[in-house]
Amino acid sequence: MVLPFKDKLYRLAKRLLVSKEEAEDATQEILMKLWSKNSMMEGYNNVEAYAMMMTKNFCLDRLKSKQAGNLKLVHSNYRDENVSLQNQVEVSDSLGWVERIMEELPEQQKMVLQLRDVEQYEFEEIAELLGLSATAVRVTLSRARKTVREKLVQKHNYGIK
Amino acid sequence: MELNNIEKLLERYFDATATVAEEEMLREYFTKEEVPLHLKKYAPMFQYFSIAKEEKFTRQVPLKPRKKSYMKWISVAAVGILIFGIYFGRSYQEQREAEYAYQETKKALSLLAANLGKGTEKVAYLREFEETKQKIYNKN
Repeated sequence: MVLPFKDKLYRLAKRLLVSKEEAEDATQEILMKLWSKNSMMEGYNNVEAYAMMMTKNFCLDRLKSKQAGNLKLVHSNYRDENVSLQNQVEVSDSLGWVERIMEELPEQQKMVLQLRDVEQYEFEEIAELLGLSATAVRVTLSRARKTVREKLVQKHNYGIK
Repeated sequence: MELNNIEKLLERYFDATATVAEEEMLREYFTKEEVPLHLKKYAPMFQYFSIAKEEKFTRQVPLKPRKKSYMKWISVAAVGILIFGIYFGRSYQEQREAEYAYQETKKALSLLAANLGKGTEKVAYLREFEETKQKIYNKN
């Protein structure tokens, strides 16, 4: 079974968990779960939405349990990420800034931004996935985008460029 | 694309009222065209989003839980057969032991019977003797 949306699951997991390893573990877990439920899957008309929902819940649970244990998810992929980003496009590390700014956002905003701006989901889809109203999604999204803009401008003004 | 248009779109973008198609236009604008200075600060955002979409899940997932469940059922069946076998094997053993004991008893009994036969033969002699003795008594 090759899922065309496994990259989407992984990206969502990575957005929430930040750590690459954690995100890979989470994605693997979700894929295994989906695999074992393969036969029941025909009942769901939208497997992708279901998988995204599973990923979201799994990652939030993971974050919660880590917080309860007073542990922080460790990730060592800052540097790697920057290097690979730089290899992909010849721009300064301002793209890395965007990533770091997004890491600081609250989970809800992270998810909305990820689903809309990266994966281009419709508002209705996001609303259903997150269990919010479409209006709430709009508000969250607007807030998230404005925060990113604000922080980006701040970094810009501090110089370097 | 017209600068005016882009600015309007940006405004709608930040109010989250733009459609997916309009946002796609913005993304294209900021990744392809030369951006005027006052809009340059937005470029990293859109560029980042395009790049973030390229990230792939590269780990190979060992999807073989099917096989595993087969193994489980095989072991369950094996245990079942084993228990079955032990149970019936034991009853078979018991049956054989019983048969053996029966044969032994039979042998012992036949031995006894043979000896008893010998005894009765001798007793038959004795009776003959008794009869003749009686005859002699009667004559006297």
